[in-house]
Amino acid sequence: MGDPRPISVVIPSLLAEHFGGRTTDSIEPDGISDVRGVFDRLAQRYPVLDRRIRDDRGALRRYVNCYVNGDDVRFLAGLASAVRDGDEILIIQSVAGG
Amino acid sequence: MAEDAPSYLLAIGTRKGLWLGHSQDRVNWTLDGPHFLMREVPSVAIDTRGRATRILAGVRSEHWGPTVTHSDDLGASWHETEAGAIRFPADTDAALERIWQIQPDTARRPGLIWAGCEPQSLWRSEDGGESFSLVRGLWDHPHRPQWFPGAGGGALHTVAPHPTRDGDVAVALSTGGVYRTTDDGASFEPHNVGIKAYFMPDPWPEFGQCVHKIARDAADHDRLYAQNHHGVYRSDDDTESWQSIAEGLPTDFGFAVLAHPSRSGTAWVVPIVADAQRIPPDNQLQVHRTQDAGLTWTEQHSGLPAGCWAIVLRDAATVDDADPAGVYLGTRDGCVYASADEGDTFTQVAAHLPDVLSIRAATIRT
Repeated sequence: MGDPRPISVVIPSLLAEHFGGRTTDSIEPDGISDVRGVFDRLAQRYPVLDRRIRDDRGALRRYVNCYVNGDDVRFLAGLASAVRDGDEILIIQSVAGG
Repeated sequence: MAEDAPSYLLAIGTRKGLWLGHSQDRVNWTLDGPHFLMREVPSVAIDTRGRATRILAGVRSEHWGPTVTHSDDLGASWHETEAGAIRFPADTDAALERIWQIQPDTARRPGLIWAGCEPQSLWRSEDGGESFSLVRGLWDHPHRPQWFPGAGGGALHTVAPHPTRDGDVAVALSTGGVYRTTDDGASFEPHNVGIKAYFMPDPWPEFGQCVHKIARDAADHDRLYAQNHHGVYRSDDDTESWQSIAEGLPTDFGFAVLAHPSRSGTAWVVPIVADAQRIPPDNQLQVHRTQDAGLTWTEQHSGLPAGCWAIVLRDAATVDDADPAGVYLGTRDGCVYASADEGDTFTQVAAHLPDVLSIRAATIRT
């Protein structure tokens, strides 16, 4: 078995200013088993980014979509959806507003 | 050394960003913006109590949620508290939806700022708005489960501190009505005696009124004015009781009420035909001014548009702190009007902006 591969995180360019100017980054998978764990890890370095994605209760904001390897977490187990090393977490804003 | 000539700052919060107006004479304005493009700005404040003028804005993205941000350089740069200035504690199981009001306390207590939010809650900052704490005296009030959201959402939209009695603060909620603390937020009591709630089985309930806005008289500090969901009222005893002052107005519906910044008995309302017909009377945008605390009213519309179908929301009207007082209106069709002569004549400051949600003005000395 090889070394664990990092989890990649992709966010919208609108949030790059809260992500060190990037839209992609990777995090080490140690200790992470679900999407919530990914966000908790991100929140340590990027608290403003986290507040854009999750509300005060830690829930995914209504018009923010999150995918694990292309699957919408709302059709999986929400923030408890499993994440494994090498997975890609994709954040996209939903179509909303006028 | 002679004091620098004053200039005037106008903050215009809209559905899709914030514009800042600058003027030397309150007639000719230059606008810069938008700041926070595509984010709504339902609340804005200009705090002139400190060494530098601080602009605070409650901004909200449909996607990315609400936050408080501030600028100490007239909008050249903005700063947001990393952990969030307003965050519901975990035990509340609540999440901030919207910041409806940012209200600096009195000059006696610089640094103290209040925020009114959705869900209906009051917040207190002692560091100029960089971090707020939930006022538990209101959050834990036994009435809270019975406050329901109005059409705009469940808002605590007005905070009116008493200018000389520290810790005496009136707040207004839609719905819920007027509540007041005299112990700086430790406890609150409803103060709606005389305010009608025609939409409830008992039209004179202890609480549950849909008070749209209250304003405190600047000179007679125990006098307040209220624009209700139908009904215009005055209190002469610091909200203990209210009496109707709607006679003489074309309609008793509206959202905004303003008190003169320094002269007692002068106030303005911005009438709307009715709950079920939210347009200006006779399609003429107009304000009505009283100079005798509501005994009589005078229509003012010079410079305001006829053929107008757009209304003024509760925080899209304001007065400045100058003499004579300036009066400012922002409409849902993105127009802004300013009067430098207490409403006698208005000039158009802006047109074709997004819906105006909030507006504040102040004299600044740089």
